[in-house]
Amino acid sequence: MNKKIMVSITGVFIICIMISCEKLLPPAPKDDEILDGPVEGLSSEEKIQFIAGDIAFNEEVFTAQNGLGPYFVATSCGSCHAGDGKGHPFSTLTRFGQSDSTGNSFMAYGGPQLQNRAIPGYTPEQIPAGATFSKFTPPANTGLGFLEALSDAQILANVDPFDSNGDGISGVANYVNAPAYFQSKPHHIIVAGKYIGRFGKKAAAIDLWHQTVNAYVQDMGVTSEYAPTEPGINGVMSPYGDNAPDPEVQSSTVQNLIFYLRTLKAPIQRNQDDSNVQSGKQIFSNIGCAKCHTPEWTTQQWPISALAYKTFYPYTDLLLHDMGASLDDGYTEGKALTSEWKTPPLWGLGLSKNSQGGTYFLLHDGRAQSIEQAISFHGGEAQTSNNNYQALSAGEKENLIKFLESL
Amino acid sequence: MKQTFLYNLHNMKKAILLILLFLNLIGYSQTDSSFIKRIQTDTSNMKLNMDAVYNRPFLQMGKLPVSIGGYIEANSSYFGTDGVTEGLSFQIPRMTIFISSTIKKRIKFLSEIELEEGGKEIAIEFASMDIELHPLFNLRGGVVMNPIGGFNQNHDGPKWEFISRPISSTTIIPSTWSNVGFGIFGKYGRNNLVWAYEFYATNGFDDKIIANDQNRTWLPESKKNKERFEESFNGEPLYTAKTALRHRKIGEIGFSWMGGIYNKFMDDGIELDKKRRIDLFAIDFNTTIPVIKTTINGEWVWASLDIPTTYTQQFGDKLQGGFVDIVQPIIRRKILGWENATINIAARLEYADYNVGTFRENGENISDHIYAVVPGLSFRPSPQTVIRLNYRYHWQTDLLGNPAARTAGIQFGFSTYF
Ligand code: HEC
Ligand code: HEC
Repeated sequence: MNKKIMVSITGVFIICIMISCEKLLPPAPKDDEILDGPVEGLSSEEKIQFIAGDIAFNEEVFTAQNGLGPYFVATSCGSCHAGDGKGHPFSTLTRFGQSDSTGNSFMAYGGPQLQNRAIPGYTPEQIPAGATFSKFTPPANTGLGFLEALSDAQILANVDPFDSNGDGISGVANYVNAPAYFQSKPHHIIVAGKYIGRFGKKAAAIDLWHQTVNAYVQDMGVTSEYAPTEPGINGVMSPYGDNAPDPEVQSSTVQNLIFYLRTLKAPIQRNQDDSNVQSGKQIFSNIGCAKCHTPEWTTQQWPISALAYKTFYPYTDLLLHDMGASLDDGYTEGKALTSEWKTPPLWGLGLSKNSQGGTYFLLHDGRAQSIEQAISFHGGEAQTSNNNYQALSAGEKENLIKFLESL
Repeated sequence: MKQTFLYNLHNMKKAILLILLFLNLIGYSQTDSSFIKRIQTDTSNMKLNMDAVYNRPFLQMGKLPVSIGGYIEANSSYFGTDGVTEGLSFQIPRMTIFISSTIKKRIKFLSEIELEEGGKEIAIEFASMDIELHPLFNLRGGVVMNPIGGFNQNHDGPKWEFISRPISSTTIIPSTWSNVGFGIFGKYGRNNLVWAYEFYATNGFDDKIIANDQNRTWLPESKKNKERFEESFNGEPLYTAKTALRHRKIGEIGFSWMGGIYNKFMDDGIELDKKRRIDLFAIDFNTTIPVIKTTINGEWVWASLDIPTTYTQQFGDKLQGGFVDIVQPIIRRKILGWENATINIAARLEYADYNVGTFRENGENISDHIYAVVPGLSFRPSPQTVIRLNYRYHWQTDLLGNPAARTAGIQFGFSTYF
């Protein structure tokens, strides 16, 4: 081949790479625009485990060959929590049970979760006659490690079952039975053999381990050492299995995934210095939103040092509140009554649309398509602050929304 | 059987031996050009996409009834997605060898063996025997390339100005898609027109196309099932039919269809499910605008599958996509001693939607699609060799329609017949 040509083409190529390539490549989105990414201060061992968990969460897709189903709701964690963010009607799941809190009497009928999809050749589960149900739109998964690191004593400090301060708000903790594999930590306070739940819309999962094992088996039909049997359906407790050998996910993968959830960074607030945002923040506490959506927490001693003694801003008290008739689906979980929902964290709220396909699907079942709508649904203990919100001037409302969108 | 022998040649040693032997021959041809002569490709402008397997530069050795050819590709690329770059990497995506022989005057055998990614995989892309009975009626059997779209049969690297194969032609039509089977083909030509058809029954897809780690309907998944060269997944043939028409001055248009059953509806004589179909329909076209010599080459494909409604919409039941390549020669003359050299500028626009439809839950559009634009520059010292520089930019949107992941990169490489 002719030397000159070779040299010039190679030259062009190298120059291209040296000078322009980086410019020709799409830039990285700013850290505060995405939810994915580790907390600061992880050791290199921890980073390795984080990456392994990231793969298990975002890339591991289950099929009938490697354990999906036979009854399931979705095929991977990432299908429901895209970019670690909130979900969509497509990934919304259904739980069924009953309206009193004596425990789910439909467990023998495949409760609590409806596996509404099935691998080919299998018929999905139906909600049994007489059961009540509620829909759950996936929440975001960020910053959960900080919430897990809070001690039960810290959470219980805000409980006010008899509304002794007379503000109309009486947050309570959900108490749930621990699964067999559960490992109690010194920061847990056990009441009558039950533990405080803090994950899930009704706070039915005690920690991220509990949540993850349930997600594998209930959402995807993937068995693990911790939950070794496929979810029951239609009154059959150990239904037809698939042909994948159990456990369908290795314990090490489950542990990596839990570590990933624990060390996902907290969403970073945007436009903090904007005066409208700052005034919105003031309004947020003035009208009583912050009574449930507790802005600030600080962790104490904790095994993952990157999470210990850290102040963070989730805007939740992790407690259950009676949200009134319009959010009452007639379905209970643990001690959580039909109208009771855990205050969801509001961090990352402004980024929700980026994982929900461009529109908001807020509240437990995604029924609210805007922040304003979500506020309007606030009843029960939140009725007063809803009324306060409705009484704001247009400009004040706008600032409040700007603040919420900056989260 | 010859085909099975060739297929079983997964043994690396044998392949290396073959390559060495072949390279020797080429070396030999350079010293004694009277023994080995190059069979030029037909440039009469009457060849169709479906003729591509035979219309390649072959080397003929003396009076031996065997001719041999092949091509190799080598690239380097520098890509990044949303600010995360994978750095610079080098690839030999494929090296292909083809051998054709005339067994009897009207019985031909042709095989194409591909070594992918530096020998990581060896595949028989084509290995079939043609028996000519009448121009309008010929038999072909063995490992055939299903004639769906234009690219699948006309995929040789040196023919294209772009380093990456078209997205829709590799992920909706899983090029190179070949299977064991039999069929008929024929051709009729008159004046400036040629018309041709092909029809094959082969082994085909399996249910992994809707159960794979791509988390979307992914037809290439069936290529992983090498068993398909030995037995059908479900005992149902995949039919492929194509008809194409070419006018010497206007161009070519092809219509093709491929369809069959992809699921295992029966096992051990026990019925498990109903038969579920997959059908693909494709249009391919190419033309050269007179005077300015711009070539336009493209393909469009639609696929539809019968997927149980109780499964998940993660796996699309309708797919579509296509590409258009526009190649404009800007210099065509003797360059630095190469007689027939050309420099082209080119652009490819491409698109693939893996899930056409709406969510059952709320009636909103399902996304899961990708768009790409690829401007490029190529230098062809001779028609058989291309040195190419491409810049690629693509936008990939997930199922829910969230902000697209943007990927871009520079690719540089060559592809040549040898
Ligand atoms: C079918 C969709 C779906 C899949 C698949 C799924 N999730 Fe979820 N996820 C949800 C929903 C819905 C909730 C709320 C559940 C609840 O309220 O109890 C949730 C809740 C969570 C939470 C609690 C968040 C909080 O703020 O309380 C975590 C953590 C979580 N999921 C992790 C996972 C992991 C890890 C996987 C994969 C092993 C997974 N999810 C798979 C839908 C899904
Ligand atoms: C009594 C406690 C309480 C008060 C006071 C309260 N909230 Fe809430 N908030 C909740 C609970 C509980 C939910 C979840 C309800 C559900 O999922 O159905 C919620 C949900 C939300 C959501 C939707 C979040 C999501 O991720 O879907 C927004 C936004 C919100 N609140 C904003 C506000 C604002 C603004 C105020 C003040 C006007 C306020 N809240 C006052 C308890 C409260």
